[in-house]
This record gives sequence, C-alpha cells and structure tokens, in this order.
Amino acid sequence: MSTRRISVQYYALLREQAGCRGEQVETAAVTAADLYAELRRRHPFTLDAGMLRVAVNAQFSDWSRPLRDGDAVVFIPPVAGG
Amino acid sequence: MGTRFEFSLTAIDTARWRATLADPACGGYAAFEGWVRNHNEGLQVQRLEYEAFEALAANEAGLILAQALQRFGVAHAACVHRVGELAVGEMAVWVGVSAAHRDEAFRACRFIIDEIKHRLPIWKKEHYRNGDSGWVNCERCAQPGAHQHAPPR
Repeated sequence: MSTRRISVQYYALLREQAGCRGEQVETAAVTAADLYAELRRRHPFTLDAGMLRVAVNAQFSDWSRPLRDGDAVVFIPPVAGG
Repeated sequence: MGTRFEFSLTAIDTARWRATLADPACGGYAAFEGWVRNHNEGLQVQRLEYEAFEALAANEAGLILAQALQRFGVAHAACVHRVGELAVGEMAVWVGVSAAHRDEAFRACRFIIDEIKHRLPIWKKEHYRNGDSGWVNCERCAQPGAHQHAPPR
C-alpha cells in the first residue's frame, strides 16, 4: 500500500490533547477523514470528526478529498472567535 | 474601496483603525467592539486566551470583508482580532465600517462580526475563578450537534 507524507498542525484543544503543535506523519490514509481516524488511535482526541472541519494547505476542504504527498492538514475544532 | 484585517498581540488602537476608514465620500461610520466578559454560562471568568490558525483566518476574514462591501455597498471595512492572553474588560475584537449613509454601515458591521464569529478558525480558552479552564464550544458542550460549525458558503 502506498503511503504519503503529511504535515499536521494542531490548534487549541487538539494541540493540548496531542501534546504538540504539529507532526509529520507517514500514512496510508487516503482522505482527511481516514487520517483523523488514524490519529485518534494515537492521541486522546475527545472531539468526534463530526464536530470538526478540515483545512488542507490553508483552505477549507472536503473530508473526502484525496490527500497528496506533502499536504498540510489542520483539523479545526468548533470555533469561538469574536 | 478597501478592506483590512489583522491579528494583534497587543491592545487594539481604535483611533488608528478608525482613521483607516476616513473618506470624504462617507457620511456614516459604525463600529463594534467585543470585550472580554467576566462570566460565561454561569462561571466566573478571570482571563482568557485566543489562539488562531492565522493563515486561514486571514483569508476567510478577507472574504467576509469583501462580501460586506459587495452586499451592503459600503466603502471601507476593517477588523482586528486579538490573540494571546487577555484580561477581563480588554477588547478582543474591533470591526469598523464607513459608508455613504448610516444604514448600510450598521448592517455591514453586524454582518461582519456575525460572520467573523462563525467562520474564522479562532479558539478561546477561558480560565475561571474556580481554577478550571476550558476551550469554549469544545469541552463543556461535547455532545455532537450542540455547537456545530456554520455550513460552508
């Protein structure tokens, strides 16, 4: 199975639960949804994917969009600006 | 016509921001200031911190401000949002709009702050007087569906 190298950045609650601001992952995950499921097995993330949005390369993205080698992924918890 | 968005680590200088909206063609100026409140959902808030995914937030804020110009026909719109540690009473966000007339300035200002709150990847961690802390909308309301994101537009 082919793998790709993805850069993941964490913010807010996810940053605290991951214990880091980001990491490089070598993954067979095809989509961002697959990747979050994989990361949830390694980190104690309490937020279900249904509560998050996802950004790829600093653009809001679809969870089912195929990831490409070198993509930068950010999972976005419920926001609270203003 | 212009738009401007920034994050700030320090107190917002509203006079400087207001001056960026000055225009002899404008007869109306409306602004909104959001302040750090000392209570939320029954808990006493002592201080808070804002964290942002700045690249995406700046892009999204640019879209919101451009939409405000287009939708309401205002001349200039600007917004600045704090990140980092804030004390009760400090200004967390400022929105300002100038327009030919007051009605569109008020409406555009309301539109911008509402969209900023729903769409920008900014998170708020509250520290309470009882020693607890929590990320707003993430921890104390963990049921799915309780605080959903706004749908993409």
